[in-house]
Amino acid sequence: MSKHAQAADIFNLDEARVDWHDESLWFMRQKRDKAAWSLPEWEALRNLASTIKDHSLAHLDDYWLVFEKKAEANGIQIHWAADAQEHNQIVLDILRQNDLHRIVKSKSMLTEECHLNPFLEKNGIEVIDTDLGERIVQMRDEPPSHIVMPAIHLKREDVGITFHQHLGTDEGATDPQYLTEAARQHLREKFIQAEAAITGVNFAIAETGGFVVCTNEGNADMGAHLAKIHIACMGLEKIIPKMAHLGVFLRLLARSATGQPITTYSSHFHAPREGQQMHLVIVDNGRTTQLGRADFRNSLKCIRCGACFNTCPVYRRSGGHSYHTAVGGPIGIILAPNIDMKANADLPFASTLCGSCTNVCPVKIDIHDQIWKWRQVVVAEGYVETGKKKGIQLMNYVLSHPKVYRLMGKIGRRVLRLAPFLANNGLNPWYKHREMPTAPAESFREWYLKNGAHGIKK
Amino acid sequence: MESKSRLQILEKIRQNRPSEGPALPENIHFEPNFDDLALKFADTLGLIGGTAVFAPDFAFIAEDLRLVFPGAQQIVHGIAALSLVGIHPETITDPHDLALADLAILPGQLGVAESAAIWLDETNFGGHRVLPFIAQHLAIVLERKNLVHNLHAAYAQVNAAATGFGLWLAGPSKTADIEQAMVIGAHGARSLRVYLLG
Repeated sequence: MSKHAQAADIFNLDEARVDWHDESLWFMRQKRDKAAWSLPEWEALRNLASTIKDHSLAHLDDYWLVFEKKAEANGIQIHWAADAQEHNQIVLDILRQNDLHRIVKSKSMLTEECHLNPFLEKNGIEVIDTDLGERIVQMRDEPPSHIVMPAIHLKREDVGITFHQHLGTDEGATDPQYLTEAARQHLREKFIQAEAAITGVNFAIAETGGFVVCTNEGNADMGAHLAKIHIACMGLEKIIPKMAHLGVFLRLLARSATGQPITTYSSHFHAPREGQQMHLVIVDNGRTTQLGRADFRNSLKCIRCGACFNTCPVYRRSGGHSYHTAVGGPIGIILAPNIDMKANADLPFASTLCGSCTNVCPVKIDIHDQIWKWRQVVVAEGYVETGKKKGIQLMNYVLSHPKVYRLMGKIGRRVLRLAPFLANNGLNPWYKHREMPTAPAESFREWYLKNGAHGIKK
Repeated sequence: MESKSRLQILEKIRQNRPSEGPALPENIHFEPNFDDLALKFADTLGLIGGTAVFAPDFAFIAEDLRLVFPGAQQIVHGIAALSLVGIHPETITDPHDLALADLAILPGQLGVAESAAIWLDETNFGGHRVLPFIAQHLAIVLERKNLVHNLHAAYAQVNAAATGFGLWLAGPSKTADIEQAMVIGAHGARSLRVYLLG
């Protein structure tokens, strides 16, 4: 069984919890729908966003050169990292050169992808995640299970226990208001003491050499505006040509993510404040390779809203951790094999190919088509498990040999009729959640040979 | 910064980028669809946890603030027309001192009716970028004539790169990270009161 299927099996042991998880995420999908339908120009905005991203990817180097010149003139220090390791080293070097030890970090899926926290901890530097959901999973020593709602897999009782252990809140307390207040007090102290703040980036703007960070909690700003050094980390696909394009993206982002008209804070950084250092680390880590894959290039248009997670029938029932990668869900399925095909070969199969992800994507990424294409690449490269490979080979043989196909059909029908227990048992994965169908007495071909031609003639 | 990776990354982009892409959309504009900008702004702000108050003048605002925040010890504001005792943000040297602020009152530059987002930049914070986030409560004074329908119209009016830092601020700080229960007052302001002036 694949890694994803195994993890999903464990998640499914508690059926009531899976139902709750499923409903929570579907609720987000419904909020997204309501927000999207409130704008008559929603589809036009999706088209615009998609076109702007396509254009940007076709001129990516040009826009980065424009950006770099502007940003450096503004006083932002630019760093380029070929991979995760170089990214982590750059951040560590900045911290060491300035002798900084108290670090706060707001949400950045890129730093998750690069495993920055464990790297810094190994080097003796503690990082405090400040997004409430991220702080909760950090205390529990778990990875986030959703890119927008990192602790969506947890119930208030779980958070209550974690906070009781780490923050000394009352035992058994589960009121979100009370728990959030405790986190606010705890993290305020961290913000006040922080020497450096690490943030992600939602958009870089070539025209002006600035970048935009969106949060609802205000944690990115609390960190960045108090600390002596602000380090922003971003993937190189997140650049847009002009400031005016933000009108399109900011109208789509929060509506797609949570159904809000816009995030509470959409902060535009263009220069460090007086006496502050502002660093921007631009990371490749496989993105330029993906840019060269015509079938998968589109995945680089992603603005990380999470809408495809919330709508996915597999994600909602398998949980974020089953994807065993920093970015999970449908978008993760098409991003992860590019970074490590062997380790993530199971992911393209964690989908029903229903296409719902593609329909909600605000930048019109053809997610389910790409999942289907990744399956072909993964099989061609020989990265599927033996069982699946043998099955596909057998199916290929049967479907390409009509006589064998007919014989197998006959046997199958007879088995289902005469000896159903041979198919209706735990060894058959198809039987697990469904009854096998009642087999017809004859195949359509047999029926047609007897009646079809006859009927047409008369 | 000149580095080996920089050159390699830019070269790899050149090799791998698609040979052509679509033309860049220009002059993005959608027809306004709200009859009354101020009412739409107030409605939206209510939905995202803030409060809009129609204010005829600054005297009304000062009186309203006294009523709503009777216990506010430290009020930070630099609005000359507002006759309310407060600490001018420019007199503060260390932004960490602002952690004690109970209430900050700031002038907003432009409001977006559709999303109740308000544009502010560091010239509105007396030089302290952290002010709108660190104060326990936030009030913003926005002239009614400075409302637009949507973000496209807003970006056409605002020069978002005019200073080193600016933002769209929409409602009070919030989180739903604990079982999706909406809680107002995550790390930033616990409440937002917007005075629509005029």
